[in-house]
Amino acid sequence: MIPPAFDYARPTSLDEAVRTLAEAGEDAKVLAGGQSLLPLLRLRLAFPELVVDVGRIPGLRGVREDGDTLVIGALTTHHEVIQDPLVRRHAGLLAHATETVADPAVRHRGTLGGSLAHADPAGDLPAVVLALEAELVAVGPGGRRTIPAREFFADYLQSTLAPDELLVEIRVPKRDGWGFHYEKFHRVAQSWAMVGVAALVRRDDGHIAEARIALTNMGATPLRAPAAEEALTGAGDAAAVARAAQSAAEGTRPSRDASASPEYRAHLARVLTKRAVLAATGMG
Amino acid sequence: MTHISVTVDGTTYEDEVEPRLLLVHYLRDRLGLTGTPIGCDTSNCGACTVELDGASVKSCTVLAVQADGGEVTTVQGLARDGEWTALQCAFHERHALQCGYCTPGMIMAARDLLRENPHPTSDEVRKGLEGNLCRCTGYQNIVRAVLAVAEGETAPAGQAASAREVTA
Repeated sequence: MIPPAFDYARPTSLDEAVRTLAEAGEDAKVLAGGQSLLPLLRLRLAFPELVVDVGRIPGLRGVREDGDTLVIGALTTHHEVIQDPLVRRHAGLLAHATETVADPAVRHRGTLGGSLAHADPAGDLPAVVLALEAELVAVGPGGRRTIPAREFFADYLQSTLAPDELLVEIRVPKRDGWGFHYEKFHRVAQSWAMVGVAALVRRDDGHIAEARIALTNMGATPLRAPAAEEALTGAGDAAAVARAAQSAAEGTRPSRDASASPEYRAHLARVLTKRAVLAATGMG
Repeated sequence: MTHISVTVDGTTYEDEVEPRLLLVHYLRDRLGLTGTPIGCDTSNCGACTVELDGASVKSCTVLAVQADGGEVTTVQGLARDGEWTALQCAFHERHALQCGYCTPGMIMAARDLLRENPHPTSDEVRKGLEGNLCRCTGYQNIVRAVLAVAEGETAPAGQAASAREVTA
């Protein structure tokens, strides 16, 4: 399958990229690693006039520390995220969940920023940054803007980035000492998650002191599961976790597709929340 | 049209390409390197896997313009002076293929896997090759072939030579 024709720009600086996007308006698409955009182009589900390849803009790749925060460049590939010692030490959930994204060849090209900006509710990493309460930094003609993860995902395949804004970095608060796990259910290797659950748990004296649960593919955007988070607080054994996980799908409106009904997705959310929390706490 | 300069299997090419041209089409249709097949065209099957700047990629999911300035290795660039690599010999010896369609991608993905993890377990081989589909073998012999290379059980030269005569 051959993508539709488009014009191509490869800006060499952030300023040039923002200027190019601002001039092109709604008809431009940003290309980073291309692992989400190229399949859309090949299937002719997207028809951009202009593809702006930001893949070679310097300074947007790599991980650094900024006090209690990790700053991950938007162009950092999944493979680099998985390997990075800072990510592994301070944001284990992100490294662990990224290992489950697609397959090694896709992870060599695909970027963290790209998969977040793509805003696919079936993608694994949107739920992960929601659970981590990360902040996303965008640059546009008006300068830099910091967007909390909970305000970043607007709708199905839609972020709150303006057409002339570029996601440049992801700021992840360090979560040393928190237990974590990402549990997803999918039919075959490298298929999209039917449902996924990101669990981040702080324990205190054998009990759950604080739990963050975020759901993949349980609606048009990734979602937190506040009812389950509240019910998990204070849980001290596997039975209590199992009871709390029963409220994981509360308030969600999952879709129906060829893989699953909304009822089945709700069932999966409950089961996977239990599994994820048990794995995160070591109570299982 | 966009100008690109790309090195493929040791030869540098200068070309004018449409931005929408996929790397796999560039390799096959422009350079005639048909050793890299197109399988699913949906980024799933991995048959078109090549190496770009030292890492495996699905060449149906990379634009030729993205490879500008880069170095590509295809399955056709592996043998040296007519001598197969250990991985190629192992695939032959262990009968790691039937129809052979997935083989170029399997070999490129397995190369990548062994570079990162020179002594994988059987499970790690399966996990490392999860982006490559084979509809003939049930994967058993593919995994055996990769493990054989990891364990240093490379092909006796005579067998590899006779295999080349058959395919020549």
